[in-house]
Amino acid sequence: MEIIVTYGPWFIGLALIAGLYMTWGVGANDLANAMGTSVGAGALTVRQAIVIAAVFEFAGAVLAGGSVTSTIRKGIIDPSGLEATPEILVYGMLASLFSAGFWLMIASANGWPVSTTHSIIGALVGFGLVGIGTSSVQWGQIGSIVASWIISPAVGGLLAFLLMHSVRKLILNQEDPFEAARRWGPYYVFLVGFIISLVTITKGLKHLEIDLGWTLSLLLSAGVGVLTFLVGGSLIKRQKRDQKAEENFRFASVEKVFAPMMIFTACAMAFAHGSNDVANGIGPLAAVVSVVQSGGAIMQESALPIWVLMVGGLGIVAGLVTMGYRVMRTIGKRITELTPTRGFCAELAAASTVVLASGTGLPVSTTHILVGAVMGVGLSRGVGALDMKMIGKIVTSWIITLPIAGAVAALVFFILRALFG
Amino acid sequence: MKTTNPLGKLFGKNPFSSLQRHMRVVLACVEEVPALFQALIDHDKERLSLQQRMIFEREQEADALRRDLRRHLPRTLFLPVDRRDLLDLLGMQDRIADTAQDMAGLVIERYMAVPPSIEPHLMPFVEQCVGTCRSMASIIEHLDELLETGFSGPEADEVLTMIGALYDAEDVADEGGIKIARALFAEEDTLDPVTVVFWYQMFQLIGNLADHAEAAGERLELMLASR
Repeated sequence: MEIIVTYGPWFIGLALIAGLYMTWGVGANDLANAMGTSVGAGALTVRQAIVIAAVFEFAGAVLAGGSVTSTIRKGIIDPSGLEATPEILVYGMLASLFSAGFWLMIASANGWPVSTTHSIIGALVGFGLVGIGTSSVQWGQIGSIVASWIISPAVGGLLAFLLMHSVRKLILNQEDPFEAARRWGPYYVFLVGFIISLVTITKGLKHLEIDLGWTLSLLLSAGVGVLTFLVGGSLIKRQKRDQKAEENFRFASVEKVFAPMMIFTACAMAFAHGSNDVANGIGPLAAVVSVVQSGGAIMQESALPIWVLMVGGLGIVAGLVTMGYRVMRTIGKRITELTPTRGFCAELAAASTVVLASGTGLPVSTTHILVGAVMGVGLSRGVGALDMKMIGKIVTSWIITLPIAGAVAALVFFILRALFG
Repeated sequence: MKTTNPLGKLFGKNPFSSLQRHMRVVLACVEEVPALFQALIDHDKERLSLQQRMIFEREQEADALRRDLRRHLPRTLFLPVDRRDLLDLLGMQDRIADTAQDMAGLVIERYMAVPPSIEPHLMPFVEQCVGTCRSMASIIEHLDELLETGFSGPEADEVLTMIGALYDAEDVADEGGIKIARALFAEEDTLDPVTVVFWYQMFQLIGNLADHAEAAGERLELMLASR
């Protein structure tokens, strides 16, 4: 107890630094996922992309990030054996943050496709195993989480495949694809608003103590959907048929119609990303804060303070604003292979999957889900060439991240315990 | 700069736009062939030499594009069509340019005056074969639309119809080949035998332009029909 009281502010300070570094890294690296396709398609300028991303990542973090943050904060490690030594939990959370941040730093320097989510979970498990004991790790929860890591990209891929198929049937294979796109485009945009709000309202707002019941949720979501339908519709109407471009490429005008539609999926992706990945930095921070503020009681049921989520949101935005532009430029050239029709389908599929996971409290890798969605589009023969080598690298990074993050977390934990007692 | 974001390296170079670019160069090469024969008919040695040089240049350009495409097509790429089909189509396109090069090489190595009996048939025959190549080229221009629609649906049907028309064009070219060979045969005894043999060889080469175009069309048809 005394350790908590003596060093409490230090712990919170350290946790803030490490947590902010994590969320900063998340914003810097992963922003390009959400915005890259839209910028590459010319739907948004880089500046507009950064503003949209900032607003929606923050909104996603604050409005829908509570469930996943709770999972990371108290769903991985069961601290019930630590009543007498609450500082162990603090060391462990700090160690996890430092380990994940360190691994993220190494991976970005080398260009390895490492997932921030996998890093933090691996680190937490490492600490739990070594710092407390195998029984402290909630293996059931870990099992669901690992299963979700495998299932979520597949779900993203399936959704993207189906969406691509529908676009082909309803629009591309029609006699006048441009007219078909103008007709059906608004409905697709409706889907964006509807799905994201439905999942967020029914599942994501629990930590704000808001439970609206099914009917009201459906109505509200439909309302948001109608709003996006109208806004999207007006943007779509502004797109004129480009006769000249159509001589070269029959579907040039269709792609033009889908470009503004991608603004909506960009918002959705940013929102989804904020809702799931903010927890990577903020979950452990919240745990440390709650232990310190309660003077050492391992309180499991205390509410998640909203300021913690906001700190996370700010960290993501900071990373996005400082480094996001450069990352977007790096991936920007190649990602133009994802034309607007493809980008729309992939992003809507990915955003929906991520938001669903966030609502269920499952920390997933938004990047891997987007890759899964892109593969889904590729499987429906929508992309010129996908490099499977990258998939191989992703799987490899998957396998080595967990043990390395765990080992480093264990190491840092021992150091902290030695330092602070 | 390096990042953990895999999206930049997830996409390979689009082979279909490369194929289209290659075909455009091949067509540019083939379009120089009629002028080559016209120069022969007109006894214009300067023009002949110029045409030969242009054909050679275009063929080398096509080769460079072909090598570049092959370099960017590792086995680890996931493609919407069979990789082997794609490479075969590329090879057949390239063979058209190679044939044009063989023709140009032949008339430079061995100045071939045009025998009077075949002169009226020569340009029409050349035009028929070059026309087949033009049809093939306009079919290849649809590759980007085919990619957009996933190599199936109404777009694919349209291309299959165009390929059917290509086969008809090749048949017409075949008949032109028979006609001109017969014309030479009628005059055979009055000409020196070496000249005759080389002209028969030239007819083969001209006809091969259309044959290779048809073969490329057949390969594309295979790619579409198996969907």
